[in-house]
Order: sequence, then C-alpha cells, then structure tokens
Amino acid sequence: MENQENFDKVRQILEENSKDKARLIPILQAVQEVYKYLPEDVLTFIASELDISPARVYGVATFFAHFTLKPKGKHIIKVCDGTACHVKRSTTIIDAINAKLDLTATENTTKDKLFTLETVSCLGACGLAPAMVIDNEVYGQVTPEKVTKIIDDIMKQEGK
Amino acid sequence: MAIDLEKISSKYQKAFKQIPKRIIICAGTGCVANGSLKVYDEFLKTAKELKVDVCIELKEEDNKGTLISKSGCQGFCQMGPLVSVFPDDILYTKVKPEDVKEILEKSIIKDEVVERLCYKNNDKFYKGHAEIPFYAKQKRYVLKNCGFIAAEDIEEYISIGGYASAKKACLEMSPEQICKEILDSGLRGRGGAGFPTGRKWDLTRVQPGPKKYVICNGDEGDPGAFMDRSVLEGNPHSVIEGMIIAAKAIGADEGFVYVRTEYHLAVERMKNAIKKATEIGVLGENLFGSGFNFTLHVMEGAGAFVCGEETALIASVEGKRGMPKPKPPFPAQHGLYGKPTVINNVETLSTVPLIIRDGAAYYKTIGVETSTGTKTFAITGHVKNTGLIEVPFGTTLREILFDIAGGVTDDKGNVSEDAFKAVQIGGPSGACLTKEHLDLPLDFDSLRKAGAMVGSGGLVVMNQTTCMVNVAKFFMQFTQNESCGKCVLCREGTKQMLMMLEDITEGRATEETIPLLEQLANAVRLGSLCALGKTAPNPVLSTLKYFRDEYDAHVKEKRCPSGTCSNLTKITIDQSKCIGCTACARKCPVGAIKGSLKQKHSIDQNVCVKCGVCVNTCKFGAVKRG
Repeated sequence: MENQENFDKVRQILEENSKDKARLIPILQAVQEVYKYLPEDVLTFIASELDISPARVYGVATFFAHFTLKPKGKHIIKVCDGTACHVKRSTTIIDAINAKLDLTATENTTKDKLFTLETVSCLGACGLAPAMVIDNEVYGQVTPEKVTKIIDDIMKQEGK
Repeated sequence: MAIDLEKISSKYQKAFKQIPKRIIICAGTGCVANGSLKVYDEFLKTAKELKVDVCIELKEEDNKGTLISKSGCQGFCQMGPLVSVFPDDILYTKVKPEDVKEILEKSIIKDEVVERLCYKNNDKFYKGHAEIPFYAKQKRYVLKNCGFIAAEDIEEYISIGGYASAKKACLEMSPEQICKEILDSGLRGRGGAGFPTGRKWDLTRVQPGPKKYVICNGDEGDPGAFMDRSVLEGNPHSVIEGMIIAAKAIGADEGFVYVRTEYHLAVERMKNAIKKATEIGVLGENLFGSGFNFTLHVMEGAGAFVCGEETALIASVEGKRGMPKPKPPFPAQHGLYGKPTVINNVETLSTVPLIIRDGAAYYKTIGVETSTGTKTFAITGHVKNTGLIEVPFGTTLREILFDIAGGVTDDKGNVSEDAFKAVQIGGPSGACLTKEHLDLPLDFDSLRKAGAMVGSGGLVVMNQTTCMVNVAKFFMQFTQNESCGKCVLCREGTKQMLMMLEDITEGRATEETIPLLEQLANAVRLGSLCALGKTAPNPVLSTLKYFRDEYDAHVKEKRCPSGTCSNLTKITIDQSKCIGCTACARKCPVGAIKGSLKQKHSIDQNVCVKCGVCVNTCKFGAVKRG
C-alpha cells in the first residue's frame, strides 16, 4: 500500500458500506474518488474484506466504463461523442486535442500527467453539441479553435 | 404522526401570496454550462446593491421580497441561460451577468419588459412561454412543473398538489384498484419497449411476498437523449411519488433509483429529494398513517449502456457485472435478490401521480388509441431550437421539426428549406426516418410499422452534410463497445460489422462487403439474448434501406458524398482564389497549412485532421472540402 492515509480511507469506506458485497459498485466508486484510479493491490484487499474472489472484483472493475485501473492525469478532458455531438463533428475536437497534446487512442494521458483525454457516449448536454467537460466544468458548442485555447489557458495556469 | 399535506400547502401558498414577483433561473445542465449559476449569483448581488428586497427560500411567512429560485431544465437549451419573471410571464434568453441589473430595474422594480433579451424570430418578438412557438405548440403534461418550480423545494411541490396522489393511493385505493387505474389509462413504459405499465404491476402484485422491490431505471444511456435527466433534475419528487404509488400497488417496501453517475446534478438532486421526503414523512414508515412502509435509496450506475436492460440493471444493483439473463423468469417473478421486482423508467414513474390525480379516463383523451398520453423527446442535432419537448403521441415529425424546433439548419446554422436529410430516432437500437416519414404520426405502433421505434425518445436531426454511412458506423462503434460479451454473435458480430463499416468509410470495401454486412446483421439480430444485440443492426439496416446510394458511392467510387469520411475526403486550397491572407493558417489547430503572407497557401495532407476550421474561416471560398 503506497499511502497509509489513503488506505485508512479505504477501510473507512468498507466500514461505511458494512462490508456488504452487494455494495461493491458504490465501494469501488468511493475508492476511485480517493486514488483517482483503482490500484490492483487495493482491489485484492477489497475482495478479501468482502469475502469474494479477486476475480469478481476485477470483473466488475473492468466491466463498467467509469472505473479505471490506470492512473489518470490531473485534468480530465471528457469529449462527448454522443449522437448529437457526433453529427456536429465532435471527432474533429478529439483529433485537435490529440494533436495538441500529442496523444493517441491508446496513450490517452500526457507524459507529464497533466491531462487525460476521454471520450464519453453522452453527457446529456445534447442541446449544446458538441460538448466537452474538463474537471466537471461543461463547455458547450466547442470548436477545434476554442478547445486549443481552453487547453492553452489551463497550461498557463499550471505554469507550462 | 402522519404528515398533513394540506397544512404545508396552505402555509406555502399564504407565504407565496405575499411575494410580489418571482424570478426563476434555469439550472439544468445545459444552462449551467452556459453560465446560469453566475447569473443567479449576480441577481443576488445586484439586488443587494439596488436595495431590491429578495428571498431565496419561501420559509418565513413575513417574507415579502421577490423570490429568486433555481429550477430544473426548462427545455429551451439552445437559448440558455433562461430567466423567467412571474407573474408577468416573461422569458429572457441568453442572459449574461451584465444583463441582470437591467432586468431588475425594468422588470422587478417596474413592470416593463427588456425586449432585447426576449426570444426573437424573423424580427418578431415574443414575450413569454405562452407566445413562443417552441412552447406554445407543445403539450407539457409530465414536464409542466419541470423548470417552473424550485426543483429541490418539497414544500413547493406539495403546494401544487404533490404527494396528494401518493396519499390517495395509500389511504383510499387497494393495490388492485391502482393497477387497474394504470392499466385503464393505457400508460406504456417509456423506456423503449412500450409494455403496458399496469400489466407489469399486476404481474408483480400477484407474486407471493412479503419482500418486493421497486426500481426506477434512470440509466439513460442512449446517446442523444436527456429526458430522464431533466425530470430527475427538475422534478425529482414526482419520480419519488410515482415510486410510492408503484410500491403500494405491488406491495413493495423498498426501492432503488438507479441513475447514471455521469449525471452529477441528477444524482445530487435525487439524494437531496429523498432525504427531504424522508424528513417530512412521505418516505419511511407508516406513510400518511396507512401502516404502509417504503424506503428509497439512490444507486449510481457506473457507466454501462447494457444496464438499461432490466436483468442487467438488477445484476448491477446486486454488485455484479451488468450482464443480462434470459427471460423468463421475468423480474416480476424473480428480480432483485430473487424477489419480485418492478422496474420502470423515470418518465413512466413521473406520469403515474398525474394519472392517479386526473383519472384514467382523462389521460386516455391525450394521444392516440394505442399510445395514450404524451411523450417527451430530446431534439438535437441540426435544428434551430434544440432542447427538450413534450407532445401528445400521434404528433407528426413535421410538426416537431418545423413548428416546435423551428426548422432544419445547414452547416452554417441557418434554417434552410432543403437541409433536412434524416432523423435518427430511438438511439443505437433505432432507425432513420426520412422525408417520406414527415407526416407519420409518432406513436409506438406506427413507428414499429415503419421499422423504427420510439425508444427512449432521442431525436437526432441530420442535415445534408451528414454522412449516413458514418452515422451507421458511429452507432455500431457504440454497441460494439457496450456489448457485454455474453452472446457470441453480439460480441463478435458487432465487431465484424464495425470492421466492415470501417472498410467502407476508409475506402477498402469491395462489392462483396455490403451483402456480407446485411447477412451478418440478420445473424446478430437472431443470435443475441437481449435487446442490445437484437436491435444493434437496426441503424445499419435502416441506413442501407434509405441511403443505399451513399453506401455505393463509398464502395464503388471511393467517394464520400458529404465530405465527412476523412480517408475519402481531402481539404484543398484553390490556388486561383487564395490571396495569402494567412487567416486559415493561423487558425489551423494542427499547423497543417503552409505559406507566408501574400503567398499562396497549401495544406500538408499528412498532417491535416480534416476538422474544417479553415473551410469556415476562408472569406474567399478558396478552401474546399471534397
């Protein structure tokens, strides 16, 4: 366990959910809030505490799109690629960000761990298509130009 | 002691009478993204500066200032942030913090209208909801209060008759009577399949107890749909009330509201609403003194489209991978933890209290014979007014597109007569409707006959610049990603279909690709267990049916008629028109355009991502897609 403080939080989350295996998904969601991802050894620990197999925990953690087993960047960019955004050319937004941050479909976190780019199926902000969320702030009707500027602004704040 | 709804209601109404005016600021996801919370803060700040008496909660009876509230989604998302002033019924659109002072001075201190902030169309100005065609042509029944009450104020909900239906169901109606009333109303599930809700309840009611569950399915995974989100955000108590009535009808004492975790605001509002409902006593033990108990929990979905399927959703609530099971046994017999369970969609549940209030006979007068009532649609894509609408079943596509949504727009955003190409209805399981369907009444059965489905109600409008093969590929990518992997034909078949569509859009397809694609589509439909796989081929089959020529152009001529598929498209600069202004080069996000001032520019095709910024930037028509 890399960090005692985080580990104590995991114990606390397990207690709060009464170590109920039916509450595995809320438990994983809370643990991911702490670590920003799901470390493998923590998954094994959760399995033994809930008295279920690590395979079941791993199975759930890999089934749902919300969970990630890899550490993510500090700022998470979620570009909506739902139907409405797609017909309003959201792929050009994704391409522009990939080009700007030197990312690919498989390598979606920048080397300096500042940004992670994700695509999501629908943010439900279809009225504002194409839409994008950075750190829970929604940006509507974005264009490749606007996106470049938004990222530049964040980089400036980060002193890059 | 049992809760006294009348007392809460009359106390609220008495306090409400004392306030001169009310400002409602839309705090739905769309308006928040456009900055409506900043507008809200500005109202509070400026009111203080102008010494306008305001309140944000209607708690004290001696409160006499203007009430400023935040509402859920009002539907007119394109025009947000929306600010309404009552009782004057003024609707201000695209309000910015700097407009707040003028609104307060003119519409609150005085009784004037700030015309420049009102909705305008073709130079005509519209003052309020009653006049704006977008609202005037709708029938807002389920959404009536969504966006017009303070979403989180349970007392306001009670003051407009909220929880009276739950009380009636608990005290005056037997479970059989409730089921019969809902069956008689003709209400059909709004989640997609359209199964009669009353029958579903009755099937669960007759199962042996004592433990039964009610689940609200708010796992709105359809890309391009946000009806459920809006109801959960804008009127969460109507969903809770519907669940109480369902619980009483089937004899359940526990329920879950399953909401996608992507809907932060909806999750938060629902949690708050349950907390308040429990505090006030409309949830918990001995409801309304009837001896009936019901508790409710929120469960956040973790992002899996297949969990919209009942049995998969149940598995996920139990903390397992969300994979569907064969039916029968139906959830009505063997549901959550093996107990009889009713699962209803958000919109279905929020309709229930209205049916109990108005009666089945009235409800049946709305809509058409086999599809009664109203349906909400999320209308998005290439139309003037995107947003959330509600119309009676049987309304035609033409009325929705042209009267309510204000017409189809071209790529530059201007309404154009011949811009319309197709509407995708029903999401990844749905189909395309084209010009020939414009006068088709939208209801469960006529859509089924046309090879489409109501689905959850997403309407994505596409104009002539949309590549239909790309749309089919998009949906296939979605279903392929979301296939849970249980059935081989769904798991492998959708993958193969996607690869064939990629071959077509990237110029590798041969004459054999399309027949093979059709063959596989039928196999996937037959060989899958749940609706995800059974309906996955629909977008491909319907685009093949109506837009065969586009497929042929991709395959035979290696050409994408709309210039969307980047492998079959090039963006070039017409050297005879380019004046070397550098505008395009400066805007190119990837630096693909070479050339200095007053020199002809050119595009490096290896670097270009075909985003089209240059096409829209060039004032001389020199940059072309094709």
